Amino acid sequence: MPSHHSQKRLVGPLSRARGLGSAKHGLQHWWAQRVSAVALVPLTLWFVYSVVHLTGADQARVHDWLARPASAILMSLFIVAMFHHLALGLQTVIEDYVHREGVKLTALLLVKGLIVLTAAAALFTVLHVAVGG
Amino acid sequence: MAEAAPPPRTRPISPFLFPPTGTYRWQMTSTMSILHRITGVALGVGALLLTWWLLALLGEPSDFAAVQDFLGSIFGHFLLLGWTWALFYHLSNGIRHLVWDTGHALTLPNVYRGGWLVIGMSVVLTLATWLAGYWLR
Repeated sequence: MPSHHSQKRLVGPLSRARGLGSAKHGLQHWWAQRVSAVALVPLTLWFVYSVVHLTGADQARVHDWLARPASAILMSLFIVAMFHHLALGLQTVIEDYVHREGVKLTALLLVKGLIVLTAAAALFTVLHVAVGG
Repeated sequence: MAEAAPPPRTRPISPFLFPPTGTYRWQMTSTMSILHRITGVALGVGALLLTWWLLALLGEPSDFAAVQDFLGSIFGHFLLLGWTWALFYHLSNGIRHLVWDTGHALTLPNVYRGGWLVIGMSVVLTLATWLAGYWLR
């Protein structure tokens, strides 16, 4: 059984124990991309449903909607999962297409920074509205 | 014993080339693959707009109205329609990828069947969402 299992693995026993793949942390990245994807399936459907219901709404109505605990919790989860998924995806795209080391590193840092900043702003807004801003 | 003459060597042709002329043969699968990336990047830009929309909740009612007016314009509708389709395409095709990750539906006929299902789903869900939006307005 263990021998059969190890045949399907592309890493040695020591690398497996340390959680290292051929790209050192490729498996972790791959897995996080899938976990966030699975989480985003129901969260995205909820988000689309909510936005459709808010078509043409004014500020007060959207504010009231987001102040509800269920909306605030789900919106926070959507923001965290979505920006995490986005960061992982854009990292893969940059690593696939940008091959000059300096440009690649700069692009990775800029994109990561922009995503963290935007996610923080979005999350802050939700919490601010939810706690009675 | 005389050695048999080697068979005449012809360069094997790529399955992505039409045999007679050698012109590139378009494949649905590769197009859908790159579309998954393109829609993903486009949705990342949409995430900026979502954040702008949320931040406007903290400003004056007129600030929020300005965002809503932009989204209600022809150009805003064009962007939102594009993002709606991109969202449903990336969502449907993402589920297709998750199914592949479990080792299922990896035969060529199933890959194409899933592809058409994703294209159909993305269009139907986009239309349903917009019809619901107009109906609830």
